[in-house]
Amino acid sequence: MKGTLGRLARIFLTYSVKMITVLLAVSALSFALVSQSPVDPVQQYILGFGTAISPAQRAQIEDYWGVNKPPVERYLHWLSELLQGNLGESLLYRRPVADIIGERFLNSLGLMLCAWILAGVIGFTLGCVMGMYRDHWPDKLLRRMCYSLSSIPTFWLGLMFLLMFAVWLRWFPIGFSSPVGLLDEEVTIGQKLYHLILPAFTLSLASFANIALHTRQKLADVLNSEYVLFARARGEGQWTILRRHGLRNILLPAITLQFASFAELFGGSVLAENVFSYPGLGSAVSAAGLNSDVPLLLGVTLFSTLFVCVGNMTANLLYGIIDPQIREVGA
Amino acid sequence: MEQKKETLLEIHNLSVSFRMYDHGLKQQDLQVISDLYLTVHPGEIVAVAGSSGSGKSLLASAILGILPGNATVRGHLHYQGQELTPERQKALRGKEIALVPQSVAYLDPLMKVGAQADGHERPRPTKKRRQLFQRFGLPEETARRYPFQLSGGMARRVLVSTALLTEAKLVIADEPTPGMGLAQALEALRMFREMADEGRAVILITHDIDLAFEFADRVAVFYGGTTVETAPASDFKEGPSALRHPYSKALWSALPQNGFHPIPGFQPYAGSLPRGCLFAPRCPDKTPQCMTDVPPVREVRGGEVRCYYGS
Repeated sequence: MKGTLGRLARIFLTYSVKMITVLLAVSALSFALVSQSPVDPVQQYILGFGTAISPAQRAQIEDYWGVNKPPVERYLHWLSELLQGNLGESLLYRRPVADIIGERFLNSLGLMLCAWILAGVIGFTLGCVMGMYRDHWPDKLLRRMCYSLSSIPTFWLGLMFLLMFAVWLRWFPIGFSSPVGLLDEEVTIGQKLYHLILPAFTLSLASFANIALHTRQKLADVLNSEYVLFARARGEGQWTILRRHGLRNILLPAITLQFASFAELFGGSVLAENVFSYPGLGSAVSAAGLNSDVPLLLGVTLFSTLFVCVGNMTANLLYGIIDPQIREVGA
Repeated sequence: MEQKKETLLEIHNLSVSFRMYDHGLKQQDLQVISDLYLTVHPGEIVAVAGSSGSGKSLLASAILGILPGNATVRGHLHYQGQELTPERQKALRGKEIALVPQSVAYLDPLMKVGAQADGHERPRPTKKRRQLFQRFGLPEETARRYPFQLSGGMARRVLVSTALLTEAKLVIADEPTPGMGLAQALEALRMFREMADEGRAVILITHDIDLAFEFADRVAVFYGGTTVETAPASDFKEGPSALRHPYSKALWSALPQNGFHPIPGFQPYAGSLPRGCLFAPRCPDKTPQCMTDVPPVREVRGGEVRCYYGS
């Protein structure tokens, strides 16, 4: 056990180093892209005032901000502020970027967590059903459904759901994370969940087909294996085989897939949150992009990189804990 | 009827073919076992010998009814005098008929060996398993190991013990000994011998022909998916003069200790089987009849041979 902990600590350290490298690379790349883009942060800042200012005043702001300094110097300056926890101030919301990310992320976290669990549970279950009935009608039907779902764009699906369940059937609210006209303190958990259902479901549909198809394939491989043949020779029925050997052997790839899906989840949440006007990180990133809010855009980019990296690292750490072939050799 | 009662397993004219897609959508039936026969009596070890691809392992799957879905089985399988239907196979496998598979790949890589040997039936035979492991010289902690932590020989001993844990009347052992040391191989074979002496029967599919001759009562020689000869094991110890089929004689002469003499040619592939006797293309004594008609099985000197001229 001590060996396992030591090894996990080693993995953790390696990944932390890798993660920092990735973050640095992403920050440099996105900073370079933004500075090459036609977006002019000073112009955006001035627009925020709502009043015209003289060229002299503009030059003063440019000077104060260091816009005319060489890009490398600007980057290093930004980076050193970043390391001190200063992500800058959003031009759009006129508030510190870190606050906005924290607030929006909490909203998104609920949405993504629900979608993530839904996608995992539905995807894994359907994958098992497809694998057990492979090449028979339940498999054929579900497989077609999965292929269709993974080809349909999330935003279109979201629009259709809005139309069906919110507009026609009026089962769910048409958008936002809480009822309109209420103060934050007055909103109940129930109301929040009620507003969460449709976007979460839409978001989960974007990734569960992928999980289901992967699970199906893995289960099919397991059922074709020699150890399952031997299990049959020993008189195990097909459901006993699924319980004793199937689940055991497909759980590991499923977990990896589940944690690796953080990237898709985040990408999907941008679309889903926009369609449902859900005030999360996803809608913040598109607002930042459309309004040339550079500090917010860079902040969210870095944060999402961190988010995806943490997902991948968790998958790797879990793999080391669960898979005996890795665990026992390392010990 | 009388004879069927005392045989445990009787196989007649068994053919197994696989439906394959040849070019595009053209289907082809690939015959891998043709007109195979085998009789097994309680209390005996029948060794099944033959080169790779002679249908030895498929026979085991056919008896247990665990062939893949695209396989077609024709012919007769009788167990204790009754037709071995798929339903009966399902009920008997693991209980009356046990398999000892070939390699560690037949163990679930993510399940501890002890739990695997115990099997899915309740109550678990844990106590008996411990004794067996001890007898096989498997250390106490083997039960807590995963298959990838076992040596090849240990894995085989675990596989053999899975069959010994059952009350099976018929054990089909598919290459149980390779990878074991001589002492362990002898121990495993001695256990099969003990089982047979208790009144059970063992089908020993093997490449270790010398060991098989030592422990088996009878030997069945397979070639190209059919039985060419079954003979008392003593005939194989005596040499070619006591054997009945030209292939058995050739197999004997090809053994290292008998001079290592190979015969030219190769075993026919499924899908391009000759029309008459399957061995005819390589047979030194073939006649025109051998090339056109499949010879019937004849009883000769206490054995059986599929040859017009075997004596």
